[in-house]
Amino acid sequence: MASQKIGVFVCRCGGNISDYVDVEKVVESIKGVEGVKIARVNMFSCSDSAQEEMIGLIKREGLDGIVIASCSPKLHLNTFRQMAQRAGLNPYQYTQVNIREQCSWTHTHDRDGATQKATRLVRAGIEATRHSEPLHPIEVVTRPSVLVVGAGIGGLRAAIALGEMGLTVHLLEKADRPGGLVGTRKALFPTGADGTSEIDSLLQRIHTLQNISLYTNASLVKKEGSIGDFSVSIRVEPKDGQDRADTIQLNVGAILVTTGATPYVPKEGEYGYGAKGIVTLREFLDLLDSSRDSDGIYYEGKRVRRITYIYCVGSRQKEGHTYCSRFCCSSAIFASLEVHKRSPDVLQYHLYRDIRTYGSLEALYQRALDQGSLFIRFSPDSPPKVECGHNGGGIKVLVKDLLTSKRELEISSDLVVLVTGLVPRVEQQEVQDVLKLPVGIDGFFNEIHPKLRPVETVVAGVYIGGCAQGPKNAQESVESSLGAAAKAGSILLKGKVELEPFVAEVDEGLCDGCGQCVEACPYDAITMGQRSDGTPVAVVNTRLCKGEGACVPVCPKEALEIRGYGHEKIRSMIRGLLTE
Amino acid sequence: MARILVFSTNNISDPGIDLCGSNHMDYPLGVSVISVPCSSGIDPRWILYALEHGFDGVFVAADGTDCSYLQDCTTRTGKVIREAQELAKGAGLDPRRIKMAAICSVCSEAFQNHMKKFDQALEELRGEGNED
Repeated sequence: MASQKIGVFVCRCGGNISDYVDVEKVVESIKGVEGVKIARVNMFSCSDSAQEEMIGLIKREGLDGIVIASCSPKLHLNTFRQMAQRAGLNPYQYTQVNIREQCSWTHTHDRDGATQKATRLVRAGIEATRHSEPLHPIEVVTRPSVLVVGAGIGGLRAAIALGEMGLTVHLLEKADRPGGLVGTRKALFPTGADGTSEIDSLLQRIHTLQNISLYTNASLVKKEGSIGDFSVSIRVEPKDGQDRADTIQLNVGAILVTTGATPYVPKEGEYGYGAKGIVTLREFLDLLDSSRDSDGIYYEGKRVRRITYIYCVGSRQKEGHTYCSRFCCSSAIFASLEVHKRSPDVLQYHLYRDIRTYGSLEALYQRALDQGSLFIRFSPDSPPKVECGHNGGGIKVLVKDLLTSKRELEISSDLVVLVTGLVPRVEQQEVQDVLKLPVGIDGFFNEIHPKLRPVETVVAGVYIGGCAQGPKNAQESVESSLGAAAKAGSILLKGKVELEPFVAEVDEGLCDGCGQCVEACPYDAITMGQRSDGTPVAVVNTRLCKGEGACVPVCPKEALEIRGYGHEKIRSMIRGLLTE
Repeated sequence: MARILVFSTNNISDPGIDLCGSNHMDYPLGVSVISVPCSSGIDPRWILYALEHGFDGVFVAADGTDCSYLQDCTTRTGKVIREAQELAKGAGLDPRRIKMAAICSVCSEAFQNHMKKFDQALEELRGEGNED
């Protein structure tokens, strides 16, 4: 039943709104609007006293819908939904109209104009409330078990956290041993901790927790179901003596994706890559790791006396990998400090665009400067050139120094280190296909919001952590993976989860069974079913539907709409905005 | 003053448009916003409805590549716009009255510029119409 007795509250927001909008005039203008039972001005609608007053009015006047014209819904949508609920109203029969960020603050020089606009916005809000139906969150029971895909440092740490919460954890690793990138490193910046030992200690903790199962050589091949009750299939490659892969079926309440990333490998010839003496950052770290006890730096048996680092190789490009991998500056500078320590006579040149040793990592940069590393800045328009085979095998690097009037410098080098970042793993595609997770322009998995919902994805119950969502250092990977574990734990330990009711619904009377919506739905949430008379009709699985509405514009009959965003509601809001 | 209806999205372009206000960045008074979950779910028939009932222009502040629902959101939203322009043509309306651009969650300046330019373009279109 649509709202017929609507209360409208227009907020002064101190003076944030009323200094630029005549709020009394707005209230007067909408008093006679059909369905509006009361209209008031509040000083601060969000204050406890104003909320109590509104609750009293809702009860006393028997209101069945409300409109609050105040700030952005991003601030107080939930505040007022909860208030509506306390007053006995359905929280979805409340509309928040933004007359602050989208009116008073943008039209500070025209009080009359802003007042008229606020009135139009409130009229549209009244239409929205009039056409709102009572909705109820979708409640789903959750299984106390979780699948963690990827057993790098983030996945291992998340699995331990979830295991310690008492949840059943299935930890999957595509490779034959866990550990990921960190597991192969001897010295991690900034402390020099041994990555292999760190991974071993995490594995020991995993083995003491009975509720964690670790599968290696394993991949996720199928997912059905939705938040709270996913049914997944994992394929475990045959071990010695076996001729067939195993497929294991599991039921879990949530899924964590910690599949990591992989170092960028330059193309043949990119800054001379492929030639002797030109290595990537990863290869250089391997070289340092393999000669920890050596007093100098040796490359193919020859002592290295001059090293040139070229930063941002394969990163921050105009096309392709446009992003910054964040960790590579710190990693390269940390490696150069190891070189300074082992062999102070080695000359080290760092050719950079920008140095991003953020936070306390800045100390690494300062130490490298103090110990004699030379930093030369180049412009992306004139990147360094690498010429191989000079003077019997030496390498010459030519660079225009941006800070000394772009004079070209020539640097003879025994070793050139291409400071490369991270790129999405090729194997990520399988996980992306199975879980239907969206990826961003850079190819990494996308979170819902980088600040407010940084580990959640649009697929409810699937969380992302570590480098799967973008390049990170080990510490940041663990932090975000633990965030994802906490988020998964919060729904699984509670035993149930409430989902927003904004999902697609079909008007069976209008649906002609054409099936275009089935094709348009990116989440397989719509199937073709049958009416009792055998005619085809679209059926929405509300647990799979994400409510983005991709099915809405393709329906020739307007039989599909997203709850809360119905065709008639939008059209009446349009009319409301046009009413003077 | 041109009347401009903006379809915006809850997670991506709404915060960008709100940021205009937070920074007290002025844009034309005729701009009003209706928010939806994702720009791929905007129905071309709503756009036509808005034009037929009095809006001078409709601007879709699309999610673009930031969309958290769909990788191909831009393609899908582009299709919505093309269909809306076809519907407009069919109804004898100038398809230039419909515009789309990606507005990210911090794209306040881009939004302000788009609104100013669109407002001006719509005024010019109105001028052209009056000359006919």
